[in-house]
Amino acid sequence: MGLVTQFKRYRSLGILLIGLCLPVLANAQAMFGDVLQTLKQGSMPDKELAITELAETGNPRALIILQALLDGNLFEAKANGQLVIGHEQNQVFSLTDAAGGEPAGNLDRDAISKINLTNKLRTLLRKTVGQLELSAGDPSVRLAAVKAMAKETDGKVLELLQQRLKDEQDKDVKQAIRLVFLLQDTHSDHPKAVRINAIEALKAYNSQEVLNQMKAMVEKDNEGQFLELDPDVRNLAAAALIKINHRLQFYSAIETLFFGLSLGAVLVLAAIGLAITFGVMGVINMAHGELMMLGAYTTYVMQQLMPNNLGMSVILAIPAAFVISALVGIAIERGIIRFLYGRPLETLLATFGVSLFLQQTVRSIFSPLNRSVATPDWMSGSLQINDFLSLTWNRFYILLFCLMVFVALLQILKHTRLGLEVRAVAQNRTMAKAMGIPTARVDAMTFGLGSGIAGVAGVALSQITNVGPNLGQAYIVDSFMVVVFGGVGNLLGTLVAGFTLGIANKFLEPFSGAVLAKIFILVFIILFIQKRPRGLFPQKGRAAEI
Amino acid sequence: MFKIWHSDDKTANTVLLAMVLITLVIPLANLLTPVDSALHFSAYTVSLVGKYLTFALLGLSLDLVWGYAGILVLGQGAFFALGGYAMGMYLMRQIGNRGVYGDPLLPDFMVFLNWHELPWYWLGFNNFAFAMLMVIAVPGVLAFLFGWLAFRSRVTGVYLSIITQALTYALLLAFFRNEMGFGGNNGLTDFKDILGFNIQSEGVRAVLLMLSGLSLILAYLTCRWLVNTKLGRVITAIRDQESRVRFLGYRVEMFKLWLFVFSAMLAGIAGALYVPQVGIINPSEFSPLNSLEIVIWVAIGGRGTLYGAIVGAVLVNYSKTVLTGLLPEIWLFSLGAIFVLVTLLLPDGIVGLLHRRKEQAV
Repeated sequence: MGLVTQFKRYRSLGILLIGLCLPVLANAQAMFGDVLQTLKQGSMPDKELAITELAETGNPRALIILQALLDGNLFEAKANGQLVIGHEQNQVFSLTDAAGGEPAGNLDRDAISKINLTNKLRTLLRKTVGQLELSAGDPSVRLAAVKAMAKETDGKVLELLQQRLKDEQDKDVKQAIRLVFLLQDTHSDHPKAVRINAIEALKAYNSQEVLNQMKAMVEKDNEGQFLELDPDVRNLAAAALIKINHRLQFYSAIETLFFGLSLGAVLVLAAIGLAITFGVMGVINMAHGELMMLGAYTTYVMQQLMPNNLGMSVILAIPAAFVISALVGIAIERGIIRFLYGRPLETLLATFGVSLFLQQTVRSIFSPLNRSVATPDWMSGSLQINDFLSLTWNRFYILLFCLMVFVALLQILKHTRLGLEVRAVAQNRTMAKAMGIPTARVDAMTFGLGSGIAGVAGVALSQITNVGPNLGQAYIVDSFMVVVFGGVGNLLGTLVAGFTLGIANKFLEPFSGAVLAKIFILVFIILFIQKRPRGLFPQKGRAAEI
Repeated sequence: MFKIWHSDDKTANTVLLAMVLITLVIPLANLLTPVDSALHFSAYTVSLVGKYLTFALLGLSLDLVWGYAGILVLGQGAFFALGGYAMGMYLMRQIGNRGVYGDPLLPDFMVFLNWHELPWYWLGFNNFAFAMLMVIAVPGVLAFLFGWLAFRSRVTGVYLSIITQALTYALLLAFFRNEMGFGGNNGLTDFKDILGFNIQSEGVRAVLLMLSGLSLILAYLTCRWLVNTKLGRVITAIRDQESRVRFLGYRVEMFKLWLFVFSAMLAGIAGALYVPQVGIINPSEFSPLNSLEIVIWVAIGGRGTLYGAIVGAVLVNYSKTVLTGLLPEIWLFSLGAIFVLVTLLLPDGIVGLLHRRKEQAV
């Protein structure tokens, strides 16, 4: 007797304990496998059970598998009976193993069979997935789950949410859950005081659901009777509705403003190169739109060259488009325009010829069909501020890009030698020449600069419109309008004019439709030029006489 | 005294003679000679030549304002198309209940849009005389309003060119809208008869060609007379030195305005003659590119000569027909090249080239 035996006893106890535990662990693993097997082959009631069991295993793959099942992406490979998650790409399914998550190769649709569901199962799945998501680690997943569950509330959902609310740390998720309960509290089966409190609290929410609920509470039925019987609650709801609608209008005005700014940014980008060639040099370049088109096609070619790195290709396309369009621009200036200085109408015709030529060249090389340019991930999607307001990233980036290009251009004109020479030649060509400025070279460089900016604008355009041979034509009239409206020879005027026209266009659209809005704007500019032939910000002094 | 038929410029006389011959010979040969005769012109040729003649009239109308008053209108096509639409509306009303839907009053596209009555601006177009008045009046009034605003505030040069382009662009967008009541994208087509005669028949086509030729000759002679009057001299002076003419006490804007209105009316007539011969009018006639093509006809022929515009319009359109038939890709290339080369190398156009040759020979 002694320590040894005691130890032996404990050891055996330990072994016993371990022996007891192992089968449990093994059991969990085996159960996971069994459940998957049932999902694959079991009868519908068995599947129902399996879904609940799968959720209870706590296996990290469970949510993924259930979600795939719900989305109809869960398959069985016919060859080996493996349970896989598949996503279709060009009629081939790329597969991952359901249990482990490893890639499982590609198969045709014929080689896999889909795991079928009934409507009953689907309802169960939706709940189960919601439940799993509700306890997911990522707050954004939880938030999405709450929003999805709010759409079909019943006792069980509310219970789940109630539990979640206790443990929840994230502010947004908490807020969303509270909203669900507040909406519940407005229902007529609650005491009046609770309902009134709920409506008072709901007033502050920017949510589509609140709006719908308040609308429902002030509605009348077919006989003209209010659906909501309590007049106090009804009046309160009506007041809340007015308040929410005011905010809705405010946010939709912000949204329109944003759309207008982004349209303005596009107009400014298109017009700013023209502001250099037309505004500073006085050259009517009808091929300006086609230089933008070249920029857009450069983006397309860059994406073809590096298909695996879309984000980078768009960034690299900016300098590439600048160089290509600038070179073409310099060639146009050296080859044609320099023989036509002082004859604006002839310049207009000759550059129009160039534009036709460039269009047909692109048509012959790339086909007359539109080419699609992909949007990189960081530019797609939108910034959701609340239910009433979301701003798309690509428009936001274009706005930013437009301002960057504008500032860069101003800096070039203000602080570089080229800029100094450009301004000197624009002010007084003869005097500049007398001071030893090589005017011919400056002309070529200025034209190259304006054309290069057109190319850069084309990169931005490729992200929001179709890239085709007619891309330039669509913008040429608009760009001239912006430059003329802003005042020729005034870059800041171009900026103001572009944004003004963009915003005016977007605010007109809800009343008149897109096409009519555009016509109104054109007619307005035509009339405006009669009144102020030199634009919003006319040049003063000697340059105005030219 | 000014001689109506004869000009001191020999080329002008040749062009005029050619116009008279085309107007008389082609329709008569088409109608009177048997189909297999060597002198016979096919129905296709007749409508093609008829189309060229309307284009020549359109070019002439532009040369009057651009060549003599220096107003480069980049929207002349708008007046042409408006005249065409006025004619098209008359022809639509003539279809009566023979449309696809068989509605006695409404054109097919209105039935399709579920409209129940004719819009007010379609009233009266069943009357030929009223429609012909509109062919002249609509482009004329638009040109008057536009010109009155533009010339009075002294919008000149490229600014004017660009806003005329904006004008035709705005009209293009407007006419594309179905709600405008002009057939939207498809425009007006499927015409049946004109003044009770079948529009497809050879006789009507020959008559239309003759009318186009006659209008062209009359318009040409009127324009030639106009530019040789004192009025014409003042207009040429305005082109060369606008402010000096103003200082001499002339009301420059009035001269420009009436010339512009007259030219728009000529373009409207050209459009009205064009539509029955091609059988369709749609918004693409308003496209800025079309208006620029008109400028090129005049530039190639030689601006400021009137007959140069006629020569240019016929030549460019003939080569367009040939090239688009043979090598469709080549047409835009060559049109582009023509624009560049003519402005760089042939500032006075083909007519200028002929004159230079002659001077060198002397």
